[in-house]
Amino acid sequence: MRAALGALLSHWRRHPLQALTLIVGLALATGLWTGVQAINAQARTSYDWAAAQLGQDSLERIVHPGRDLALADFAAFRRAGWPVTPVLEGRVRGTRVIGIDPFTAPPGEGVPDLSGADDLTAFLTGELAFGGAGAALPIAVRRLDGVAPGTAVADIAAVQRLLGTARIDRLLLLPGVEGDPASVVPGTAREAPPAEGDLDRLTDSFHLNLTAFGLLAFAVGLFIVNAAIGLAFEQRRPLFRTLRAIGLSARALTALLAGELLILTLVAGLIGCALGYLVAAALLPGVAATLGGLYGAPVDGGLTLAPAWWLTGLGMAVAGAALAGGQSLWQLARLPVLAPAMPRAWARARAATLRRQGAGGVALLAAAALLGAFGQGLGAGFALLGALLLGAALLLPPLLVAALDGLSRLVRGPVAEWMVADARQQVPGLSLALMALLLALAANVGVGTMVGSFRETFTGWLDQRLAAQLYVTGADEAQAREIAAFVGDRADVLPIVSVQTDVAGAPGELFGQPDHPIFRDEWPLLDAVAAPWDRLHAGEGALLNEQTARRMDLWAGDAVDLGGTAWEVLGVYSDYGNPRGQAILGLGAFDAAYPEADRRRLALVTGDAALRDDLEARFGLPPDRLVDQAGIKRFSLDVFEQTFAVTRALNVLTLGVAGFALWASLTTLGTMRLPQVAPVWALGLTRRAIALSDLARATLLAALTAALAVPVGLALAWVLLAVVNVAAFGWRLPMLVYPGQWLELALWALLAAALAALVPAWRLWRMAPARLVGVFAGER
Amino acid sequence: MLRVRDLTKAFDTADGPLPVLRGVSLDLAPGETLALTGESGSGKSTLLYLVAGLDAPSSGTIEIGGRALSEMDDAARARLRRAEVGLVFQQFNLIPSLDVAANLAFHARLKGGTPDVAPMAERLGLAEHLSRYPEQLSGGQQQRVAVGRTLIARPRLILADEPTGNLDEATGDAVLDLLREAAEGTGAALMMVTHSERLAGRLSRRLHLRGGVLA
Repeated sequence: MRAALGALLSHWRRHPLQALTLIVGLALATGLWTGVQAINAQARTSYDWAAAQLGQDSLERIVHPGRDLALADFAAFRRAGWPVTPVLEGRVRGTRVIGIDPFTAPPGEGVPDLSGADDLTAFLTGELAFGGAGAALPIAVRRLDGVAPGTAVADIAAVQRLLGTARIDRLLLLPGVEGDPASVVPGTAREAPPAEGDLDRLTDSFHLNLTAFGLLAFAVGLFIVNAAIGLAFEQRRPLFRTLRAIGLSARALTALLAGELLILTLVAGLIGCALGYLVAAALLPGVAATLGGLYGAPVDGGLTLAPAWWLTGLGMAVAGAALAGGQSLWQLARLPVLAPAMPRAWARARAATLRRQGAGGVALLAAAALLGAFGQGLGAGFALLGALLLGAALLLPPLLVAALDGLSRLVRGPVAEWMVADARQQVPGLSLALMALLLALAANVGVGTMVGSFRETFTGWLDQRLAAQLYVTGADEAQAREIAAFVGDRADVLPIVSVQTDVAGAPGELFGQPDHPIFRDEWPLLDAVAAPWDRLHAGEGALLNEQTARRMDLWAGDAVDLGGTAWEVLGVYSDYGNPRGQAILGLGAFDAAYPEADRRRLALVTGDAALRDDLEARFGLPPDRLVDQAGIKRFSLDVFEQTFAVTRALNVLTLGVAGFALWASLTTLGTMRLPQVAPVWALGLTRRAIALSDLARATLLAALTAALAVPVGLALAWVLLAVVNVAAFGWRLPMLVYPGQWLELALWALLAAALAALVPAWRLWRMAPARLVGVFAGER
Repeated sequence: MLRVRDLTKAFDTADGPLPVLRGVSLDLAPGETLALTGESGSGKSTLLYLVAGLDAPSSGTIEIGGRALSEMDDAARARLRRAEVGLVFQQFNLIPSLDVAANLAFHARLKGGTPDVAPMAERLGLAEHLSRYPEQLSGGQQQRVAVGRTLIARPRLILADEPTGNLDEATGDAVLDLLREAAEGTGAALMMVTHSERLAGRLSRRLHLRGGVLA
């Protein structure tokens, strides 16, 4: 056995590149997958921590569906003997700030110990807050281990001042109290603690996207591993036959090879885990910024490594290697002792294999079509993506062979004909690498189209939504009135009023909108009754945002429940970037329903460039309460760019993995195909001409793959925009195409293929004639 | 047609240069057929490959049609092989990506010709296999394709390295007949490496290599 193992392992000593390919392929696959998983795990840990602050994940709440709660309500409940504590949350300078009442807050995570000499006074006067890592406020923040990163806890009155509000978000109810809160404060109700953290719910789709990309990268990596294992097995078939012939049983041989694979896998898995850590550490700050900007989710930018993470990474590496090498091991176990020993990796070119691949590809694409037509939800969306990509990958070799067959009828001259025929014969040997390239290119086209469509639509939509030039928030309603009076006829003053309330049964926000041409002219409605704006301002109904309309299947003419009152849906508007439900009433109807709503915010439609400075000078408004349109747009676009930065990074990494796969396959096949090029050389073609034709062949195959990747990428973009995004975010974007981008990507693919083929071609060009002559002497 | 003088060849090994040919000289006239025999490792195949310009000698000269290979660069030697030399190998060495018809025509087309392969295919008994690929043929059929490829190209010098080594006696005889006919019919010179005394006896001349020297 030991001798047999030595003979088997000697293969890797003679073919170090193959060993490198296998290890690097598996390490890349494991690394990208575990990196993404580490990011997701880190983010989820942060969410859970944030949700658990003050026990908010387990305590019942008292809410008022019709209006904001105030400290007066808190006082009323306390006087009635209800053990409640108030909470107000918001964001200040990027820090999530939680306002609490230190005397009634339940002891536990995030509640500071105020027994120090001056701590209580400083806390109550709003001079001191307690925060987790990275928390920063305009007041002193002392580090407290129990507080989540990017989060600070301060006295509720101080937080009201910081946020410029008099409301509180909710009252937490300590356990053991029965009864109806409406008997204390009319209109209030008990609400169970959220079954799933809000942040978990809101960010699920984001993490699912990351997971999908991690899986794609893993799959691309496995293509490399499969190719490397397949080649190593093919090349050792004569050795296997010899070992079997001298008495090694098929079972023992299979066990030895499985053991060998396991050793290589563990090495690759450890490298992959380290690589995954580096990927996660590099991408996590961007992800944290995205999640903070888009969802207000606090995520620690530093990475914590758990032992389970390493074990999971190694487990994935072993599972991946088993998946990639299983077929070869299975074939080996069933190999007859006298099976043909010719090492011919391209023997897979058999028409039957191509037919099977083609049939599998067609079946998967048919399944994708069915899922597209009848599937529902995010799960179906990702199943559709998987079927589409795998189906396209399986169809690639037969389509390439068909394209090369067509091309062979067009080309003239023996060398060109040989080159095309040779390319056709190389397809099976290169098919896995080309499949990986197809997937990477299609993902790039698809994601590029999605991001481009998103950016263009989002920018246009921002221009419509942010039609006013200035957005002002008064310190209180009196100041807001004073500002309106000061502005006079220098601007149209439009109040911005809203309340947090249930929108179609889920927590959301309800706005009151004044009648102004900027809304009537600039807001396109996706669906509307006749004369929606007239009817809105006549108080006959409400407008609903797209995500609520899609989620609840409520469209123009349907009835929607807004804070306990039924309204007719007059229209549906786009509301990109907002994960929550939202609705709009005419200002008159809103005022009547919510007379106590906060009225400090104003939008100013003006052409007066000096107004901003005048307001600043007159009222001393801080930057966060006097915001111009450009500032909001800049912030929104920043959030947008960050959102897709991680996706783009994974995209580039996936393309890199595919490029590596191509290089590894071409280099390995470069040695194996000497018997094919040596006769051509002997018949009078120079090594230079053959090397150049090898370069051309690789470029040709990459060009054909890139051409096939474009329609696959567009289908992918359609699935992302029309299925996955709708299910994940609740809005649907128009699909815009960018042929220039495809051309650029195709050129990159050609360059990558040419670079991948450069080293093998160079080696062929400079190869000693004696090596080529060796082919004729049967020295292979 | 072929003039070889004082040819030596040594291969670099870990233990220093290993001499394989030690001063070989020979001439071959048009239409002449020469059998080169010798033990394994005597340098027969090496001599053949040097003559074909596939490898460079350590010293000595080779002239084909009056042109010295040593004065040619890689591209010129490739052009010479294309135009003047036909090679037949023991391992057949057909081009696996091309079908039989394309393999038969390949060398002649490289020379710039537009050959009609049908008569040769008929003569070689390959007419029904023209659209097949090499891996679908038997060893004898593959060698007939290799010989046919050379005959269609009509080279002035045919170099054959154990062309019958992988064939049974009857098929080997048939292949040798073809090569002899080609030499006699076109005036080409034929140099064939073989282990077989019987086949060597069927050619017009015979040389024996022993330890890198003509005996």
